[in-house]
Order: sequence, then C-alpha cells, then structure tokens
Amino acid sequence: MDFDFTDEQKMMRDGLSRLIAQKYTFEDRHKAVASKTGWRPDLWAEFAEMGLMMAPLPEEMGGLSGDAIDAMIIMEEFGKGLVIEPYLQSVICAGSLIRNAGNDTQKAELGEKITSGEAIFAPAIYEAEGRFNPAFVATSAKKNGSDYLLNGNKAVVFGGPMSDSFIVSARASGATSDETGISLFVVNKDQTGLTTQNYTTVDGLQASELFLEDVAVSGASVLGEVGGAFAHIEQMRDHAIAAICAEAVGLMTVANAQTIEYAKTRKQFGVPISSFQVLQHAMVNMLIALEEAKSMALLAAIECAGDDAKARAKACAAAKVKIGQSARIIGQNAIQIHGGMGMTNELAISHYFKRLTMIDAQFGNVDYHMRRYGEMD
Amino acid sequence: MKLTFTPEEIAFRDEIRAFIEQNYPQNLKGVGDREDLTKEDYLSWHRILGAKGWSTPAWPVEYGGPGWHATQKYIFGEELARAETVPVLPFGVNMVAPVIYTFGTPEQKARFLPAIQKGEEWWCQGYSEPGAGSDLAGLSTKAVRDGDFYIVNGQKTWTTLAQHADWGFFLVRTNSDCKPQEGISFLLIDMKSPGVEVRPIITMDGAHEVNEVWLTDVKVPVANRVFEENKGWTCAKFLLAHERTGIAQVARSKMGLKKLKKLATETISEGLPLAKDRDFKHKLSELEIDLRALEITELRVLANEQKGKGPGAESSILKINGSVIQQRITELFLEAVGPYGAPNPRAYKAEGGNFAIGPQGAPMAALNYFNVRKTSIFGGSNEIQRNIIAKLVLGL
Ligand SMILES: Cc1cc2nc3c(=O)[nH]c(=O)nc-3n(C[C@H](O)[C@H](O)[C@H](O)COP(=O)(O)OP(=O)(O)OC[C@H]3O[C@@H](n4cnc5c(N)ncnc54)[C@H](O)[C@@H]3O)c2cc1C
Repeated sequence: MDFDFTDEQKMMRDGLSRLIAQKYTFEDRHKAVASKTGWRPDLWAEFAEMGLMMAPLPEEMGGLSGDAIDAMIIMEEFGKGLVIEPYLQSVICAGSLIRNAGNDTQKAELGEKITSGEAIFAPAIYEAEGRFNPAFVATSAKKNGSDYLLNGNKAVVFGGPMSDSFIVSARASGATSDETGISLFVVNKDQTGLTTQNYTTVDGLQASELFLEDVAVSGASVLGEVGGAFAHIEQMRDHAIAAICAEAVGLMTVANAQTIEYAKTRKQFGVPISSFQVLQHAMVNMLIALEEAKSMALLAAIECAGDDAKARAKACAAAKVKIGQSARIIGQNAIQIHGGMGMTNELAISHYFKRLTMIDAQFGNVDYHMRRYGEMD
Repeated sequence: MKLTFTPEEIAFRDEIRAFIEQNYPQNLKGVGDREDLTKEDYLSWHRILGAKGWSTPAWPVEYGGPGWHATQKYIFGEELARAETVPVLPFGVNMVAPVIYTFGTPEQKARFLPAIQKGEEWWCQGYSEPGAGSDLAGLSTKAVRDGDFYIVNGQKTWTTLAQHADWGFFLVRTNSDCKPQEGISFLLIDMKSPGVEVRPIITMDGAHEVNEVWLTDVKVPVANRVFEENKGWTCAKFLLAHERTGIAQVARSKMGLKKLKKLATETISEGLPLAKDRDFKHKLSELEIDLRALEITELRVLANEQKGKGPGAESSILKINGSVIQQRITELFLEAVGPYGAPNPRAYKAEGGNFAIGPQGAPMAALNYFNVRKTSIFGGSNEIQRNIIAKLVLGL
C-alpha cells in the first residue's frame, strides 16, 4: 500500500499552489467572474506553460503520460483556489474522449491543441430531459453523403462560452435512451447551424445551451466508432467524477479551515464562539465529512488510473455520492457557523459554499449515483 | 377537539378569498418568483389591506385590529399564502407595533400605530451590531442624554430593507456601568435624521436585502424612547418572542411545498416525471409530514395564546422547525431542477439577456436556496433557540 505522491507530483502541486496564491487571489477571481469574458485567459496560458494540460494526458496527444492521480492533484488545488477556468471540460473530459475514442490523427492533432492550451474543447453530452443520464440522447445524426447532419439541443454545457469546439453526442440509431447507437462528433463553434446561449452560473462559471439545426459535419469529425461511443462517454464521466471530487476536496479543505479560523476569532458573550460545544461538534462533523470525501476521491482517482472498468465505475459512483453528502454537511455548517457574515457575497466562504452546492448536479447527483451503485455488483 | 372549520369559518374564508381575488394588484401576481420588488410593490398591497382593516390581524381592536380569533387569523394567513401575495412586512406590523401598544405612551400610539396600520411608513429593525449578534445585549451603540434629546453614535448591521425605511426601532446603550441588559433603551429613530447613513450589504444570492446603518451624532427626541430609560431589554425580549412565531412561516411553506410538487410533476427526468421517482417522492413525503407536524404545533401554540398565555419558549420550537423546513423546501427545489440550477438569472439579466433558461421554477432555485440559509441564522440562530429551550423549558 502506498498513498505517497512522487517528487514530480509534489513539485507540480507546490508550483500550482504558489501560482494560485500569487495570481489568483479571491479578489482576482471576483473580478474575473464579473468581467466581460468571465474567466482568465492569461492564467489559462500560465497553466499551459506549467504543463498542467499535458500532465494527465498520454504522449501521443502531446502529454506527459500522467494519469488520474495527476489530475486529482491539479483539481484539488483548483478547488482550493476556486478556479473557474474550464480545465475539467477541456483537459479531463475532452481529453478522455479523444484519448479513448480518437484515431491516431485525431489524437495527435486535437491532443496537441488541448495540451498546448491553444484551444478549448467542451463535452456536450447531457440533454434537458435526460437529466443525469448520458445515454439519453435525442440529438440525431443523419448520414448525408459522406457528411452527418446533427439536430438537437444540449443542456448546460460548462465551458461553452470560451470553447473553440464541442464534442457532441448524437444518435444515428436506436431509441432515445439506448446505450448503443450513440456517436461523438467534433463540432467547431462557428459551424453553420450551431447557436449558443451563454450565461454565467450561480457559482461563477461559464456555460451554454447548445442548439444544433442541420449542423453538417464531415465523416472525419466523428470520434471513434459510429454508434459505439457510450463506453467512451462512461469512461469520460468516471474521469470527470474523479476530478470534480478532487476539486470538491480542495473546496472543503478551505471551507473547513476558514470556518475554524473564524470560530476561533469571532467573539460573542465574551468568548470565542469556538468554545461552544455545539459548534465544536459541528466542526468535528465537518472534519469527518472531509476525511471521508478525501478517501473516496482518492479511491476514484486510483481506479481511474487503473484498468478495471467495473471497479472504476463503482468507485466513481460511490465517490460522487460521498462527495455530495460531505459537501452538504460542510457547506451548510460553514455558513451557519459564520452567522450573518457567512451570508455575504463579500466573504470567500459563501463562494466555497456555492460551488460545493452546485457540484452535486454535475455528472449526476447523490440519488442518481446511489441508485447506480445499488444496481452494480 | 376538532380541526375542521365551522360554517362561519368557511364563510369567513370565502370572504377573504373573494377580497383577495378582487383587490390584489394585477401587476403583483405571481410575485413569488420575483426578486426585484420595490418599496411601492410591498406597500401597495399593505395599503389595500390597511384600508379594509386587515393589515394588522394580531392587533387588539382598540388599536385597529380586526378582532379575529385564532382560527380566523390562521385562515387569513393561509389565504394570503395561497394567493402568493406580497408579504406584509413584519417590522412595523408585527414587531414594533406590539411594543408600542404594550409599552408606549398615548402620544406614541397615536403618532405611529395608524401609519403602520395603513402602510404609510416603513420600519426597519436596528438590533444587531458587528460585535453584537447572538449576544445582543453586548451592543455598544451609545445614546447620550442632552436635554430633550439623545445623541446617538454607533453602527448597526444586517438591517433588513433599511434602504426603504422611514423609521427604525433601535436598541441603544444608555448605561455602561451595569449588567449589559440593564443599560439598554428602545428608541424610535426617523431614518431621515441627519447622521443616519444606510450602506448596502450584498448577500451571496446577489440580493440587496440587508444593510449597515451608521449613526453619527443623530439627534433623537426623548419622546421617541419607548418605555423607561434602561428598560429597553424588556421591550426587546417581548418583541423577539413575537418575531419568532411569525418566523415559522407555515402557510408560506405549505404554498412552497405545493409548488414544489407541481414542479416535480412537470420536470421530466429520463422520460418520466420526477414526481414518480421513488427517492424524490420519499423526500417530498418526509417534508410534508414534518410540515404538518409543525402546523399542528403552531395551532396548539396559537390556541394557548388565545387563552391568554403569551408566546413563550415554545415559539423557539416553531422558529427552529419552521426555518429548517423553509430551507429544505428550497433545497428540494434545487434538487428538482437538477443541472438547471446552475444558470444565474441575475447575471444573464444584467447582460440584457431577456431569456429564461431551463424549466419554469428553475431560474431562482439556487438563489433561493442560498438566500434561505439565513433563516437558521437570523431572529436568534437555531443554536441560540436550543439554548433557550434547554434553559427555559427543560430547566437545564
Ligand atoms: C438575512 C439577514 C437579515 C437580518 N435582518 C436583521 C434585521 O433586520 N435587524 C437586525 O437587528 N438583525 C438582523 N439580522 C441579524 C441576525 O439577527 C444575526 O445575524 C443573528 O443574531 C446572529 O448574529 P451574528 O450574525 O453576529 O452571528 P454570531 O452571533 O457571531 O454567531 C455565529 C455562530 O455562532 C453561534 N453561536 C453564537 N452564540 C452561541 C452560543 N451561545 N451557543 C452556541 N452557538 C452560538 C451562532 O448560532 C452562529 O452559528 C439579520 C441577519 C441576516 C442573515
């Protein structure tokens, strides 16, 4: 058994943590969220320069052949810094789809764009009526000569506004929720027939609704086997879950630390509020929730780095359940213990709470994964 | 013992319902989902009720109350919630008014009560300070006597909707050489007085609902002190007990639950309504049962009050459970809308986006959930309520 990180991994963590401390203060982030573009292209370039985009991706994509453990380290630091850039979408999700479904040319060409940070990709998988089920694909792909015509809508595509391309799931055959018949297409944002509605989310990210109307894409933009994309999508989801769980662990770590610090300094009735036993117990519960979340995020990352698909799926479903539960305990108690101050937009704690809350609905919530878990053996 | 209404009570309900239907302002319909209510929006409905004599259901008849018994008050609250009317804000009607008619001078009663009843003046509550939240008696805003005036200096915070207020009721320190509770006075302050400055605090949902109120050499006539000097704590405690019953918000929560169930039948999850999802249904039922228990508990408290037993420590039970139920409703709303909790309507509206994203009910789901975290913090936090029950009910 070995829970230790390599020296390279420790260096990467330290470097990233320093960069965030210097250039990604809470005030910087606040400004970025409120800015016209809603993110920090300059920081994105610095992340790329540090090699973060290369870290978890294979050599044939221009990566450093790292794995989900590297992704975990990066995402945890992003969580601590409330980072809003679309790393999860472009590097983890699109990276996973291209790695697993792409042919050699796609891996080389698209991979190079991702690992250099030069272009941003966002997965456009989920649809409104499918809720958390990625097999629910009503978007259709009709063959038209050597092209495909795509028609349908994609819901809450995180990273949409700053993306250059989308990886869209569409159905060439089968019923709406069938796992077979789903294909993946690389669609550029300026393609005729694609319109987007862009917005900021309640936790400061950027997302889009996608509307595809007779979007013509060539056969060369199909990623993987026609009709056989579901296994790749499932794998992407697991990697995304492992990554977002790591982000949540970062968020929870800071939320706990800030709450403890606040409780030690805030005085009422002539004593620090940390001396009230009921708050002490609440903070102990927060710590327990964090430790459980850490363990499950680690398990998810380890299984994602391995090659047992069943174990991976089970670990990721379990991790998403646990992270959702821990995020709720930590988020709600953090605000409660801060009292009125916790309600303000000015303090960072409310932003940690908001992000922690919203993670539950990304890639399936507690109930969804609890049910999935129960159906696996 | 019974829970059914008598024919008279049913007739009363119908009268209320018809009045609301005929008189509720058109432009304020469906206001439950709006977050941009103006002062005028709030007051216009208050004035209509005031003219009818219905804006102050709990007041004694001699001061302009309608003389309703507990069941009628309950029915009235239910009907307002059912029609999703703009609330009549509590600061005047349910907070300062009972203090004024219980402890005030005849002049104070005559000056302030009619304007509150009619909805002519807006009140805010100046209790909390940066250093005095749960420990309210630790407040340090000072009032120094100068002839017929007090000169007030200090800072209040979290003052709800003070940006609209004409008047505020403030707890101020008039004596520092005694037990903290024994040196506090209750002052009514004209918010237009020189030296009063209201600064916004934006909450995490992006709303401007609370404020800081800075007081610099504010001159307040001694005639605006309610009850004796240094006896303000008596008024404060009396008022807090009143605040806590209203805070349970049972009727509004019932309405919220109804909307939540409707949303669950309309929200399609993998081709089926969410209302058919066993896990979600289970949570809805659990919530409904808890709400029912709260409702009957509140009715028992009201029945006791009717017999002249004022609201005591039981109101703390109502506050705890009422606040948590409000929070759970918004939490389930957010869960119901799933991924569509994410879009921030304040942001896309600010950018001129005139669209709604996601199903009906989705746009405000997350912001409402964030906002309602306040209910377990304000009005005396739920931890403080438990301390009160432990001490006063259990004698621990
Ligand atoms: C949205 C909103 C609106 C408000 N509106 C008004 C208003 O209009 N007028 C007004 O005067 N005030 C208002 N308040 C203030 C409100 O009453 C206070 O926030 C509340 O009393 C808590 O005080 P605090 O925020 O200073 O928290 P603190 O008192 O610092 O409490 C922080 C935490 O410590 C806990 N704690 C404190 N003491 C104890 C103890 N003895 N035992 C166990 N736990 C304890 C609390 O429960 C809380 O969890 C409002 C607050 C909010 C959030």
